[in-house]
Amino acid sequence: MSLAKDALPVARLDKIPLALIPVIAAAALPLIPSLPTWVTLTVAGLAMGMMIFIMASGLTLVFGLMDVMNFAHGAFITIGAFVATSVLLPLAGWTQADSLWRNLAALLLAILASMAVTGALGVAFERVIIKPVYGQHLKQILITMGGLIVAEQLIIAIWGPDMIALPKPATLRGSFIYGDIAIEKYRVLAVLVGLAVFAAMFLVLNRTRVGLLIRAGVEDSEMVESLGYRIRRVFIGVFAAGSALAGLGGVMWALYQETVTSAMGMQVMILIFIVIIIGGLGSVGGCFIGSLLVGLVANYVGFLAPKVALGSNILLMVLILLWRPQGLYPVAKR
Amino acid sequence: MSNLLALSGVNTRIGHYHILQGVDFVVPQGGLTILLGRNGAGKTTCLRTIMGLWKASAGCIDFDGADIVGRSTPAVAQLGIGYVPESMGIFAGLTVRENLTLAARAGPIDQGRLDWMFGLFPALKKFWQLPAGFLSGGQKQMLAIARAMIEPRKLLLVDEPTKGLAPAIIAHMVDAFRELKRTDTTILLVEQNFNFARALGDTVAVMDSGRIVHSGNMSELAEDEALQQRLLGLSLDAHQ
Repeated sequence: MSLAKDALPVARLDKIPLALIPVIAAAALPLIPSLPTWVTLTVAGLAMGMMIFIMASGLTLVFGLMDVMNFAHGAFITIGAFVATSVLLPLAGWTQADSLWRNLAALLLAILASMAVTGALGVAFERVIIKPVYGQHLKQILITMGGLIVAEQLIIAIWGPDMIALPKPATLRGSFIYGDIAIEKYRVLAVLVGLAVFAAMFLVLNRTRVGLLIRAGVEDSEMVESLGYRIRRVFIGVFAAGSALAGLGGVMWALYQETVTSAMGMQVMILIFIVIIIGGLGSVGGCFIGSLLVGLVANYVGFLAPKVALGSNILLMVLILLWRPQGLYPVAKR
Repeated sequence: MSNLLALSGVNTRIGHYHILQGVDFVVPQGGLTILLGRNGAGKTTCLRTIMGLWKASAGCIDFDGADIVGRSTPAVAQLGIGYVPESMGIFAGLTVRENLTLAARAGPIDQGRLDWMFGLFPALKKFWQLPAGFLSGGQKQMLAIARAMIEPRKLLLVDEPTKGLAPAIIAHMVDAFRELKRTDTTILLVEQNFNFARALGDTVAVMDSGRIVHSGNMSELAEDEALQQRLLGLSLDAHQ
Protein backbone atom coordinates (compact mmCIF):
# COMPACT_ATOMS: atom_id res chain seq x y z
CA MET A 1 0.00 0.00 0.00
CA SER A 2 1.41 3.38 -0.98
CA LEU A 3 2.24 6.02 1.59
CA ALA A 4 -0.18 8.44 -0.06
CA LYS A 5 -2.98 5.94 0.34
CA ASP A 6 -2.05 5.41 4.01
CA ALA A 7 -1.98 9.13 4.75
CA LEU A 8 -4.74 10.26 7.09
CA PRO A 9 -7.24 12.65 5.52
CA VAL A 10 -7.36 16.04 7.21
CA ALA A 11 -9.71 18.99 6.93
CA ARG A 12 -8.69 21.50 4.31
CA LEU A 13 -9.45 25.18 4.63
CA ASP A 14 -11.50 26.56 1.77
CA LYS A 15 -9.08 29.24 0.58
CA ILE A 16 -11.16 30.69 -2.25
CA PRO A 17 -13.05 33.24 -0.07
CA LEU A 18 -9.73 34.26 1.50
CA ALA A 19 -8.32 34.94 -1.95
CA LEU A 20 -11.16 37.38 -2.69
CA ILE A 21 -9.54 40.09 -0.55
CA PRO A 22 -6.22 40.32 -2.45
CA VAL A 23 -8.08 39.76 -5.74
CA ILE A 24 -10.40 42.74 -5.13
CA ALA A 25 -7.48 44.89 -3.92
CA ALA A 26 -5.43 43.94 -6.98
CA ALA A 27 -8.39 44.53 -9.32
CA ALA A 28 -8.82 48.04 -7.92
CA LEU A 29 -5.14 48.94 -8.38
CA PRO A 30 -5.23 49.72 -12.14
CA LEU A 31 -8.48 51.69 -11.73
CA ILE A 32 -7.08 54.06 -9.12
CA PRO A 33 -4.86 56.82 -10.50
CA SER A 34 -2.00 56.63 -8.02
CA LEU A 35 -0.40 54.06 -5.73
CA PRO A 36 -0.55 56.30 -2.62
CA THR A 37 -4.30 56.76 -3.14
CA TRP A 38 -4.73 53.00 -3.55
CA VAL A 39 -2.77 52.34 -0.33
CA THR A 40 -4.81 54.94 1.56
CA LEU A 41 -8.09 53.48 0.29
CA THR A 42 -6.97 49.93 1.02
CA VAL A 43 -5.97 50.74 4.60
CA ALA A 44 -9.20 52.72 5.06
CA GLY A 45 -11.18 49.76 3.71
CA LEU A 46 -9.42 47.27 5.95
CA ALA A 47 -9.91 49.53 9.00
CA MET A 48 -13.59 49.99 8.22
CA GLY A 49 -13.91 46.25 7.69
CA MET A 50 -12.26 45.50 11.02
CA MET A 51 -14.63 47.82 12.87
CA ILE A 52 -17.63 46.26 11.13
CA PHE A 53 -16.26 42.83 12.06
CA ILE A 54 -15.99 43.81 15.74
CA MET A 55 -19.61 44.97 15.69
CA ALA A 56 -20.92 42.05 13.60
CA SER A 57 -19.05 39.10 15.12
CA GLY A 58 -21.23 39.01 18.22
CA LEU A 59 -24.41 39.09 16.17
CA THR A 60 -23.37 36.24 13.91
CA LEU A 61 -22.45 34.08 16.92
CA VAL A 62 -25.75 34.88 18.62
CA PHE A 63 -27.66 33.97 15.47
CA GLY A 64 -25.62 30.82 14.86
CA LEU A 65 -25.79 29.48 18.39
CA MET A 66 -29.14 30.73 19.60
CA ASP A 67 -31.01 31.08 16.29
CA VAL A 68 -32.00 34.56 17.43
CA MET A 69 -32.56 37.45 15.03
CA ASN A 70 -31.49 40.29 17.29
CA PHE A 71 -32.36 43.56 15.57
CA ALA A 72 -31.53 45.35 18.83
CA HIS A 73 -27.84 44.58 18.38
CA GLY A 74 -27.45 48.14 17.08
CA ALA A 75 -28.62 49.47 20.44
CA PHE A 76 -25.59 47.88 22.13
CA ILE A 77 -23.34 49.60 19.59
CA THR A 78 -24.96 52.94 20.38
CA ILE A 79 -24.83 52.40 24.14
CA GLY A 80 -21.15 51.43 23.88
CA ALA A 81 -20.47 54.71 22.06
CA PHE A 82 -22.38 56.81 24.58
CA VAL A 83 -20.72 55.14 27.56
CA ALA A 84 -17.41 55.98 25.88
CA THR A 85 -18.41 59.66 25.74
CA SER A 86 -19.20 59.53 29.46
CA VAL A 87 -15.71 58.19 30.15
CA LEU A 88 -13.60 60.02 27.56
CA LEU A 89 -15.07 63.54 27.78
CA PRO A 90 -14.40 63.90 31.53
CA LEU A 91 -10.93 62.45 30.87
CA ALA A 92 -10.17 65.16 28.30
CA GLY A 93 -6.98 65.92 30.22
CA TRP A 94 -5.73 62.44 29.36
CA THR A 95 -7.13 62.18 25.83
CA GLN A 96 -5.80 65.56 24.74
CA ALA A 97 -2.40 65.13 26.43
CA ASP A 98 0.52 64.61 24.07
CA SER A 99 1.24 61.23 25.60
CA LEU A 100 0.45 58.00 23.78
CA TRP A 101 0.24 56.05 27.05
CA ARG A 102 -2.24 58.48 28.66
CA ASN A 103 -4.32 58.45 25.47
CA LEU A 104 -4.33 54.66 25.32
CA ALA A 105 -5.10 54.38 29.05
CA ALA A 106 -8.15 56.63 28.62
CA LEU A 107 -9.23 54.66 25.56
CA LEU A 108 -8.77 51.37 27.42
CA LEU A 109 -10.88 52.64 30.31
CA ALA A 110 -13.62 53.70 27.90
CA ILE A 111 -13.51 50.33 26.14
CA LEU A 112 -13.66 48.39 29.41
CA ALA A 113 -16.54 50.52 30.71
CA SER A 114 -18.47 50.19 27.44
CA MET A 115 -17.95 46.44 27.25
CA ALA A 116 -18.92 45.96 30.91
CA VAL A 117 -22.12 47.99 30.52
CA THR A 118 -23.17 46.45 27.20
CA GLY A 119 -22.24 42.94 28.38
CA ALA A 120 -24.38 43.34 31.52
CA LEU A 121 -27.24 44.85 29.53
CA GLY A 122 -26.90 41.95 27.09
CA VAL A 123 -27.48 39.44 29.90
CA ALA A 124 -30.55 41.38 31.09
CA PHE A 125 -31.84 41.68 27.50
CA GLU A 126 -31.45 37.95 26.91
CA ARG A 127 -33.22 37.03 30.16
CA VAL A 128 -36.11 39.48 29.83
CA ILE A 129 -36.64 40.04 26.09
CA ILE A 130 -35.12 37.12 24.17
CA LYS A 131 -35.81 34.15 26.45
CA PRO A 132 -39.61 34.14 25.96
CA VAL A 133 -39.29 34.11 22.15
CA TYR A 134 -36.68 31.41 21.48
CA GLY A 135 -37.54 29.57 18.27
CA GLN A 136 -40.06 32.21 17.12
CA HIS A 137 -38.37 34.31 14.47
CA LEU A 138 -41.25 36.66 13.72
CA LYS A 139 -41.71 37.50 17.38
CA GLN A 140 -37.94 37.90 17.75
CA ILE A 141 -37.88 40.49 14.97
CA LEU A 142 -40.82 42.38 16.44
CA ILE A 143 -39.66 42.32 20.04
CA THR A 144 -36.01 43.13 19.31
CA MET A 145 -37.07 46.00 17.02
CA GLY A 146 -39.21 47.19 19.91
CA GLY A 147 -36.22 46.81 22.22
CA LEU A 148 -34.13 48.88 19.82
CA ILE A 149 -36.70 51.70 19.80
CA VAL A 150 -36.99 51.66 23.61
CA ALA A 151 -33.18 51.65 23.93
CA GLU A 152 -32.87 54.63 21.57
CA GLN A 153 -35.39 56.59 23.60
CA LEU A 154 -33.65 55.69 26.86
CA ILE A 155 -30.36 56.87 25.35
CA ILE A 156 -32.01 60.18 24.45
CA ALA A 157 -33.42 60.43 27.99
CA ILE A 158 -29.99 59.79 29.56
CA TRP A 159 -27.57 61.51 27.18
CA GLY A 160 -29.91 63.98 25.46
CA PRO A 161 -31.12 64.22 21.85
CA ASP A 162 -28.15 66.12 20.45
CA MET A 163 -25.19 64.71 18.61
CA ILE A 164 -22.12 64.53 20.86
CA ALA A 165 -18.69 65.29 19.46
CA LEU A 166 -16.07 62.74 20.46
CA PRO A 167 -12.62 63.78 19.27
CA LYS A 168 -9.93 61.18 18.81
CA PRO A 169 -7.17 61.13 21.44
CA ALA A 170 -4.41 63.56 20.49
CA THR A 171 -1.74 61.05 19.50
CA LEU A 172 -4.19 59.03 17.40
CA ARG A 173 -4.97 61.98 15.14
CA GLY A 174 -3.06 62.60 11.94
CA SER A 175 -1.26 60.14 9.72
CA PHE A 176 1.90 58.17 9.31
CA ILE A 177 3.60 59.55 6.19
CA TYR A 178 5.76 57.31 3.98
CA GLY A 179 6.78 59.35 0.91
CA ASP A 180 3.49 60.13 -0.85
CA ILE A 181 1.56 57.58 1.17
CA ALA A 182 -0.45 58.76 4.17
CA ILE A 183 -1.96 56.22 6.54
CA GLU A 184 -4.25 57.50 9.30
CA LYS A 185 -3.00 56.48 12.74
CA TYR A 186 -6.49 55.67 14.04
CA ARG A 187 -7.10 53.32 11.12
CA VAL A 188 -3.95 51.41 12.00
CA LEU A 189 -5.24 51.11 15.56
CA ALA A 190 -8.63 49.90 14.25
CA VAL A 191 -6.87 47.21 12.17
CA LEU A 192 -4.82 46.11 15.18
CA VAL A 193 -7.86 45.96 17.47
CA GLY A 194 -9.84 44.07 14.83
CA LEU A 195 -7.03 41.56 14.35
CA ALA A 196 -6.73 41.13 18.12
CA VAL A 197 -10.48 40.46 18.42
CA PHE A 198 -10.39 37.99 15.53
CA ALA A 199 -7.33 36.21 16.97
CA ALA A 200 -8.97 36.01 20.41
CA MET A 201 -12.22 34.66 18.95
CA PHE A 202 -10.30 32.20 16.76
CA LEU A 203 -8.32 30.91 19.73
CA VAL A 204 -11.34 30.65 22.00
CA LEU A 205 -13.44 28.90 19.35
CA ASN A 206 -10.74 26.52 18.12
CA ARG A 207 -8.47 25.91 21.08
CA THR A 208 -10.75 25.78 24.11
CA ARG A 209 -13.48 23.49 25.36
CA VAL A 210 -15.90 26.42 25.57
CA GLY A 211 -15.18 27.14 21.92
CA LEU A 212 -15.83 23.52 21.05
CA LEU A 213 -19.16 23.76 22.89
CA ILE A 214 -20.10 26.94 21.03
CA ARG A 215 -19.23 25.45 17.64
CA ALA A 216 -21.16 22.29 18.43
CA GLY A 217 -24.05 24.34 19.81
CA VAL A 218 -24.23 26.36 16.59
CA GLU A 219 -24.82 23.07 14.73
CA ASP A 220 -27.11 21.20 17.11
CA SER A 221 -27.79 22.60 20.57
CA GLU A 222 -30.15 19.75 21.48
CA MET A 223 -27.38 17.20 20.95
CA VAL A 224 -24.99 19.25 23.07
CA GLU A 225 -27.53 19.10 25.89
CA SER A 226 -27.87 15.35 25.35
CA LEU A 227 -24.14 15.07 26.00
CA GLY A 228 -24.70 16.63 29.43
CA TYR A 229 -23.85 20.28 28.85
CA ARG A 230 -26.09 23.13 29.94
CA ILE A 231 -26.15 24.97 26.64
CA ARG A 232 -28.42 27.71 28.04
CA ARG A 233 -25.53 28.95 30.17
CA VAL A 234 -23.36 29.05 27.07
CA PHE A 235 -26.17 31.00 25.33
CA ILE A 236 -26.11 33.66 28.05
CA GLY A 237 -22.31 33.88 27.93
CA VAL A 238 -22.30 34.23 24.15
CA PHE A 239 -25.05 36.85 24.24
CA ALA A 240 -23.11 38.82 26.86
CA ALA A 241 -19.88 38.51 24.84
CA GLY A 242 -21.68 39.47 21.62
CA SER A 243 -23.19 42.54 23.30
CA ALA A 244 -19.83 43.49 24.79
CA LEU A 245 -18.21 43.22 21.36
CA ALA A 246 -20.96 45.47 19.99
CA GLY A 247 -20.04 47.93 22.75
CA LEU A 248 -16.37 47.75 21.75
CA GLY A 249 -17.34 48.25 18.12
CA GLY A 250 -19.45 51.25 19.16
CA VAL A 251 -16.44 52.88 20.84
CA MET A 252 -14.20 52.28 17.82
CA TRP A 253 -16.86 53.44 15.33
CA ALA A 254 -17.70 56.56 17.37
CA LEU A 255 -14.03 57.62 17.51
CA TYR A 256 -13.72 56.88 13.79
CA GLN A 257 -16.72 59.14 13.03
CA GLU A 258 -15.84 61.53 15.90
CA THR A 259 -19.54 61.96 16.60
CA VAL A 260 -22.11 59.98 18.55
CA THR A 261 -25.84 59.96 17.84
CA SER A 262 -28.69 57.85 19.16
CA ALA A 263 -29.29 56.45 15.65
CA MET A 264 -25.70 55.40 14.90
CA GLY A 265 -26.24 51.75 15.82
CA MET A 266 -29.31 51.46 13.62
CA GLN A 267 -27.47 53.10 10.71
CA VAL A 268 -24.61 50.62 10.83
CA MET A 269 -26.91 47.59 11.23
CA ILE A 270 -27.49 47.44 7.47
CA LEU A 271 -23.78 46.89 6.89
CA ILE A 272 -23.68 44.37 9.72
CA PHE A 273 -26.53 42.32 8.26
CA ILE A 274 -24.86 42.37 4.84
CA VAL A 275 -21.61 41.15 6.41
CA ILE A 276 -23.11 38.25 8.35
CA ILE A 277 -25.16 37.14 5.36
CA ILE A 278 -22.10 37.29 3.07
CA GLY A 279 -20.00 35.39 5.60
CA GLY A 280 -22.56 32.65 6.24
CA LEU A 281 -24.89 33.01 9.22
CA GLY A 282 -23.10 31.87 12.37
CA SER A 283 -19.62 31.78 10.84
CA VAL A 284 -17.03 33.99 12.57
CA GLY A 285 -14.41 33.36 9.86
CA GLY A 286 -16.97 34.19 7.17
CA CYS A 287 -17.96 37.33 9.06
CA PHE A 288 -14.30 38.40 9.15
CA ILE A 289 -13.80 37.92 5.40
CA GLY A 290 -17.19 39.48 4.64
CA SER A 291 -16.37 42.55 6.75
CA LEU A 292 -13.08 43.14 4.96
CA LEU A 293 -14.75 42.71 1.56
CA VAL A 294 -17.48 45.19 2.47
CA GLY A 295 -14.93 47.69 3.83
CA LEU A 296 -12.73 47.47 0.74
CA VAL A 297 -15.58 47.62 -1.78
CA ALA A 298 -17.19 50.59 0.03
CA ASN A 299 -13.93 52.55 -0.10
CA TYR A 300 -12.92 51.68 -3.67
CA VAL A 301 -16.40 52.28 -5.10
CA GLY A 302 -16.83 55.41 -2.97
CA PHE A 303 -13.71 56.81 -4.61
CA LEU A 304 -14.30 55.57 -8.17
CA ALA A 305 -18.06 56.04 -8.47
CA PRO A 306 -19.50 57.88 -5.46
CA LYS A 307 -23.03 57.79 -6.86
CA VAL A 308 -23.19 53.99 -6.71
CA ALA A 309 -21.29 53.69 -3.42
CA LEU A 310 -24.47 53.18 -1.39
CA GLY A 311 -25.57 50.24 -3.49
CA SER A 312 -22.15 48.64 -3.89
CA ASN A 313 -22.38 46.48 -0.79
CA ILE A 314 -25.85 45.26 -1.72
CA LEU A 315 -24.45 44.34 -5.14
CA LEU A 316 -21.52 42.58 -3.48
CA MET A 317 -23.94 40.58 -1.33
CA VAL A 318 -26.06 39.63 -4.34
CA LEU A 319 -23.01 38.47 -6.31
CA ILE A 320 -21.67 36.40 -3.44
CA LEU A 321 -25.04 34.81 -2.76
CA LEU A 322 -25.41 33.95 -6.45
CA TRP A 323 -22.03 32.21 -6.19
CA ARG A 324 -22.52 30.72 -2.71
CA PRO A 325 -26.16 30.88 -1.60
CA GLN A 326 -25.28 29.92 2.00
CA GLY A 327 -22.54 32.56 2.27
CA LEU A 328 -18.76 32.25 2.06
CA TYR A 329 -18.39 29.78 4.93
CA PRO A 330 -21.73 28.05 5.53
CA VAL A 331 -22.22 26.61 8.99
CA ALA A 332 -23.43 23.01 9.06
CA LYS A 333 -26.84 22.74 10.68
CA ARG A 334 -28.68 19.61 11.61
CA MET B 1 -31.59 -9.29 37.50
CA SER B 2 -32.56 -5.79 38.79
CA ASN B 3 -33.99 -3.13 36.56
CA LEU B 4 -31.85 -0.09 35.73
CA LEU B 5 -34.72 1.75 34.05
CA ALA B 6 -38.43 1.42 34.64
CA LEU B 7 -41.19 3.40 32.96
CA SER B 8 -44.64 3.32 34.48
CA GLY B 9 -47.71 5.07 33.13
CA VAL B 10 -45.63 7.52 31.08
CA ASN B 11 -47.65 9.97 29.00
CA THR B 12 -46.17 12.48 26.57
CA ARG B 13 -48.05 15.13 24.63
CA ILE B 14 -46.56 17.08 21.74
CA GLY B 15 -48.78 20.04 20.99
CA HIS B 16 -52.28 18.66 20.56
CA TYR B 17 -51.05 15.12 19.98
CA HIS B 18 -51.12 12.54 22.77
CA ILE B 19 -48.18 10.36 21.70
CA LEU B 20 -47.30 8.18 24.70
CA GLN B 21 -50.44 6.94 26.39
CA GLY B 22 -49.31 5.17 29.54
CA VAL B 23 -46.07 3.41 28.64
CA ASP B 24 -44.88 0.71 31.05
CA PHE B 25 -41.72 -1.33 30.56
CA VAL B 26 -38.44 -2.11 32.25
CA VAL B 27 -34.82 -2.34 31.12
CA PRO B 28 -32.88 -4.92 33.12
CA GLN B 29 -29.41 -4.02 34.35
CA GLY B 30 -26.60 -5.20 32.07
CA GLY B 31 -28.90 -6.41 29.30
CA LEU B 32 -29.84 -5.25 25.84
CA THR B 33 -33.50 -4.40 25.52
CA ILE B 34 -35.07 -3.87 22.14
CA LEU B 35 -37.99 -1.50 21.67
CA LEU B 36 -39.88 -2.63 18.58
CA GLY B 37 -42.89 -1.21 16.82
CA ARG B 38 -44.32 0.16 13.62
CA ASN B 39 -43.53 3.65 12.34
CA GLY B 40 -45.34 6.18 14.48
CA ALA B 41 -45.79 3.78 17.40
CA GLY B 42 -44.00 6.20 19.75
CA LYS B 43 -40.54 4.57 20.06
CA THR B 44 -38.52 7.70 19.35
CA THR B 45 -40.81 9.76 21.58
CA CYS B 46 -40.16 7.23 24.31
CA LEU B 47 -36.37 7.72 24.11
CA ARG B 48 -36.71 11.49 23.88
CA THR B 49 -38.98 11.49 26.92
CA ILE B 50 -36.44 9.47 28.90
CA MET B 51 -33.75 12.00 27.90
CA GLY B 52 -35.95 14.92 28.96
CA LEU B 53 -36.05 16.31 25.43
CA TRP B 54 -39.82 16.08 25.64
CA LYS B 55 -41.49 16.33 29.02
CA ALA B 56 -43.65 13.53 30.31
CA SER B 57 -47.06 14.91 31.25
CA ALA B 58 -47.72 12.00 33.60
CA GLY B 59 -46.08 8.84 34.88
CA CYS B 60 -42.77 7.90 36.38
CA ILE B 61 -39.38 7.17 34.85
CA ASP B 62 -37.21 5.47 37.43
CA PHE B 63 -33.51 5.38 36.59
CA ASP B 64 -31.10 3.76 39.02
CA GLY B 65 -33.47 4.43 41.91
CA ALA B 66 -34.41 8.03 41.10
CA ASP B 67 -37.43 9.48 39.31
CA ILE B 68 -36.02 11.53 36.42
CA VAL B 69 -39.29 12.99 35.12
CA GLY B 70 -39.01 16.78 34.98
CA ARG B 71 -35.21 16.81 35.00
CA SER B 72 -33.44 18.76 32.31
CA THR B 73 -31.71 16.91 29.47
CA PRO B 74 -28.18 17.76 30.72
CA ALA B 75 -29.14 16.56 34.21
CA VAL B 76 -30.41 13.27 32.76
CA ALA B 77 -27.24 12.82 30.69
CA GLN B 78 -25.08 13.55 33.72
CA LEU B 79 -26.68 10.58 35.51
CA GLY B 80 -24.80 8.38 33.06
CA ILE B 81 -27.15 8.03 30.11
CA GLY B 82 -25.70 8.13 26.60
CA TYR B 83 -28.05 8.93 23.73
CA VAL B 84 -27.72 8.27 20.01
CA PRO B 85 -30.67 9.91 18.21
CA GLU B 86 -32.18 8.66 14.97
CA SER B 87 -30.52 11.58 13.16
CA MET B 88 -27.21 10.54 14.82
CA GLY B 89 -26.66 14.15 16.00
CA ILE B 90 -23.15 14.30 14.58
CA PHE B 91 -21.50 17.72 14.63
CA ALA B 92 -20.62 17.85 10.94
CA GLY B 93 -18.28 20.83 11.17
CA LEU B 94 -16.27 19.31 14.03
CA THR B 95 -13.62 16.69 13.39
CA VAL B 96 -14.02 13.11 14.61
CA ARG B 97 -11.51 13.96 17.36
CA GLU B 98 -13.50 17.04 18.41
CA ASN B 99 -16.78 15.12 18.42
CA LEU B 100 -15.29 12.59 20.81
CA THR B 101 -13.42 15.18 22.89
CA LEU B 102 -16.67 17.04 23.50
CA ALA B 103 -18.39 13.85 24.59
CA ALA B 104 -15.68 13.12 27.18
CA ARG B 105 -17.10 15.42 29.84
CA ALA B 106 -14.75 14.36 32.62
CA GLY B 107 -11.65 15.63 30.80
CA PRO B 108 -9.15 14.23 28.31
CA ILE B 109 -10.22 11.02 26.57
CA ASP B 110 -8.93 7.90 28.31
CA GLN B 111 -6.38 6.39 25.90
CA GLY B 112 -7.27 2.81 26.79
CA ARG B 113 -10.94 3.43 26.10
CA LEU B 114 -10.09 5.21 22.87
CA ASP B 115 -7.99 2.26 21.70
CA TRP B 116 -10.87 -0.07 22.55
CA MET B 117 -13.22 2.19 20.57
CA PHE B 118 -10.80 2.18 17.61
CA GLY B 119 -10.84 -1.62 17.80
CA LEU B 120 -14.63 -1.53 17.45
CA PHE B 121 -14.70 1.16 14.78
CA PRO B 122 -11.33 1.35 12.93
CA ALA B 123 -12.69 3.97 10.51
CA LEU B 124 -12.73 6.52 13.32
CA LYS B 125 -8.96 6.23 13.73
CA LYS B 126 -8.43 6.62 10.00
CA PHE B 127 -10.58 9.74 9.79
CA TRP B 128 -9.56 11.17 13.19
CA GLN B 129 -8.80 14.67 11.88
CA LEU B 130 -11.54 14.84 9.26
CA PRO B 131 -14.74 16.89 9.78
CA ALA B 132 -17.47 14.41 10.62
CA GLY B 133 -19.62 15.78 7.81
CA PHE B 134 -17.33 14.01 5.34
CA LEU B 135 -17.98 10.56 6.82
CA SER B 136 -20.30 8.03 5.18
CA GLY B 137 -23.63 7.17 6.79
CA GLY B 138 -22.22 4.04 8.43
CA GLN B 139 -19.15 5.86 9.70
CA LYS B 140 -21.35 8.60 11.15
CA GLN B 141 -23.37 5.97 12.97
CA MET B 142 -20.15 4.47 14.33
CA LEU B 143 -19.05 7.92 15.51
CA ALA B 144 -22.44 8.55 17.13
CA ILE B 145 -22.19 5.30 19.10
CA ALA B 146 -18.53 5.88 19.97
CA ARG B 147 -19.40 9.36 21.19
CA ALA B 148 -22.10 8.01 23.46
CA MET B 149 -19.65 5.43 24.85
CA ILE B 150 -16.38 7.36 25.00
CA GLU B 151 -16.85 7.46 28.76
CA PRO B 152 -18.44 4.62 30.71
CA ARG B 153 -22.21 5.10 30.77
CA LYS B 154 -24.74 3.22 32.84
CA LEU B 155 -27.31 3.21 30.08
CA LEU B 156 -27.07 3.68 26.34
CA LEU B 157 -30.17 4.73 24.36
CA VAL B 158 -29.83 4.12 20.62
CA ASP B 159 -32.50 5.05 18.10
CA GLU B 160 -32.58 2.93 14.92
CA PRO B 161 -28.83 2.44 14.39
CA THR B 162 -29.32 0.38 11.22
CA LYS B 163 -31.52 2.89 9.41
CA GLY B 164 -30.27 3.38 5.86
CA LEU B 165 -27.15 1.25 6.33
CA ALA B 166 -25.83 -1.40 3.93
CA PRO B 167 -26.04 -5.07 5.08
CA ALA B 168 -22.26 -5.31 5.53
CA ILE B 169 -22.28 -2.28 7.83
CA ILE B 170 -25.24 -3.70 9.75
CA ALA B 171 -23.26 -6.93 10.33
CA HIS B 172 -20.41 -4.79 11.66
CA MET B 173 -22.87 -3.01 13.95
CA VAL B 174 -24.06 -6.34 15.33
CA ASP B 175 -20.45 -7.21 16.21
CA ALA B 176 -19.93 -3.81 17.81
CA PHE B 177 -23.05 -4.07 19.96
CA ARG B 178 -22.05 -7.60 21.02
CA GLU B 179 -18.72 -6.15 22.15
CA LEU B 180 -20.53 -3.38 24.03
CA LYS B 181 -22.71 -5.98 25.74
CA ARG B 182 -19.57 -7.70 27.01
CA THR B 183 -18.75 -4.51 28.95
CA ASP B 184 -21.99 -4.93 30.93
CA THR B 185 -23.37 -1.67 29.58
CA THR B 186 -27.13 -1.61 29.71
CA ILE B 187 -28.58 -0.79 26.31
CA LEU B 188 -32.05 0.22 25.17
CA LEU B 189 -32.21 0.00 21.42
CA VAL B 190 -35.07 1.17 19.21
CA GLU B 191 -35.12 -0.89 16.06
CA GLN B 192 -37.34 -1.87 13.14
CA ASN B 193 -34.95 -4.41 11.62
CA PHE B 194 -36.18 -7.59 13.31
CA ASN B 195 -33.17 -9.69 12.29
CA PHE B 196 -30.84 -7.14 13.89
CA ALA B 197 -33.04 -7.01 16.97
CA ARG B 198 -33.21 -10.82 17.22
CA ALA B 199 -29.43 -11.14 16.94
CA LEU B 200 -28.79 -8.78 19.85
CA GLY B 201 -31.79 -8.48 22.15
CA ASP B 202 -32.06 -10.09 25.57
CA THR B 203 -35.46 -8.62 26.30
CA VAL B 204 -38.00 -6.90 24.11
CA ALA B 205 -40.87 -4.46 24.41
CA VAL B 206 -43.25 -3.90 21.53
CA MET B 207 -45.06 -0.59 21.13
CA ASP B 208 -48.20 0.23 19.24
CA SER B 209 -50.15 3.50 19.25
CA GLY B 210 -48.25 4.91 22.19
CA ARG B 211 -48.59 1.86 24.44
CA ILE B 212 -46.53 -1.24 25.21
CA VAL B 213 -48.46 -4.20 23.81
CA HIS B 214 -45.94 -6.91 24.64
CA SER B 215 -42.82 -7.33 26.73
CA GLY B 216 -40.70 -10.33 27.59
CA ASN B 217 -37.62 -12.25 26.48
CA MET B 218 -36.47 -11.78 22.91
CA SER B 219 -36.00 -15.52 22.48
CA GLU B 220 -39.72 -16.10 23.10
CA LEU B 221 -40.72 -13.57 20.46
CA ALA B 222 -38.07 -14.82 18.02
CA GLU B 223 -39.48 -18.36 18.21
CA ASP B 224 -43.14 -17.42 17.96
CA GLU B 225 -43.93 -16.38 14.39
CA ALA B 226 -47.62 -16.03 15.10
CA LEU B 227 -46.85 -13.58 17.89
CA GLN B 228 -44.47 -11.68 15.62
CA GLN B 229 -47.15 -11.44 12.97
CA ARG B 230 -49.74 -10.26 15.48
CA LEU B 231 -47.50 -7.68 17.11
CA LEU B 232 -45.49 -6.40 14.20
CA GLY B 233 -47.66 -7.37 11.22
CA LEU B 234 -46.65 -6.05 7.86
CA SER B 235 -43.69 -4.20 9.28
CA LEU B 236 -41.90 -7.54 9.65
CA ASP B 237 -42.03 -8.21 5.91
CA ALA B 238 -41.00 -4.69 5.17
CA HIS B 239 -37.99 -4.58 7.43
CA GLN B 240 -36.44 -8.05 7.38
